[in-house]
Amino acid sequence: MTVAELATKLNLKVLSGSNGLDREISGAYTSDLLSDVMGGINEGMLWITLQTHVNVMAIASLKEIAAVILVKNLTPEANTVEQSNNEGIPILSTAEATFDISGKIYQLLNA
Amino acid sequence: MDLEFNVQGGDFVRAGNASSQIKKVLKQLNADSAIIKRVVVALYEAEVNIAAHAYDGVIRANIDTERIRLLLDDNGPGIPDIERAMTPGYSTASSAVREMGFGAGMGLPNIRANADEFVITSEVGKGTHLEITVYLNQ
Ligand SMILES: Nc1ncnc2c1ncn2[C@@H]1O[C@H](COP(=O)(O)OP(=O)(O)O)[C@@H](O)[C@H]1O
Ligand SMILES: [Mg+2]
Repeated sequence: MTVAELATKLNLKVLSGSNGLDREISGAYTSDLLSDVMGGINEGMLWITLQTHVNVMAIASLKEIAAVILVKNLTPEANTVEQSNNEGIPILSTAEATFDISGKIYQLLNA
Repeated sequence: MDLEFNVQGGDFVRAGNASSQIKKVLKQLNADSAIIKRVVVALYEAEVNIAAHAYDGVIRANIDTERIRLLLDDNGPGIPDIERAMTPGYSTASSAVREMGFGAGMGLPNIRANADEFVITSEVGKGTHLEITVYLNQ
């Protein structure tokens, strides 16, 4: 499944990095601890988080993930948006809380 | 090949810059992508530790056909008990740093897990020195 397909299925808002919407999704990781994500996320995964600062994109880019999903309608900071556009790694948002969106993504990816 | 980067304490916006540059260089050298990932995880954690815990620091990278060696030297408070600092979950990070999602106390353990060789020495009141080696052909 691509990031664009996921966004349509789960009604996610594309906030930035739309040049990367054709990235293929290999899995997902839910965490707000950056070291945990750094150690645990792999290439092509989605990262579900409530962190909005620019270090999110540093990790997203270093680990070559597919996209970042912000929960609870959180909005990324300006430099986070800028780096998302530069790297072509989309930031998507949902109104849902972490548990609910993670569950839905789990179901979709394991269907 | 030798590369050098400066890191400022408190500067989280630029933290990750050295890791990103080193990643590009290793890609150009056609290093294995799993090995590049290990280098990047270790260096990113070390870079963030200077930003989070020290005043300023220098990162020196030496790359040859066999391995990459990263030397990190900071001016900072140093680490009084290195064994304790290496314990997963141990952190003295400020609450502001924790709110950003840093300060989980997993940085040094992540470095050790991803390096082939890892040496850390520190002098209280002076600073901390890290040597991270990753072999490129394994
Ligand atoms: N460069 C450094 N200078 C001073 N103290 C450090 C440095 N690196 C690590 N430490 C100490 O070791 C602890 C554990 O480091 P780490 O495992 O990276 O966790 P964290 O950075 O999340 O606190 C830190 O909280 C800090 O007390
Ligand atoms: Mg750390």
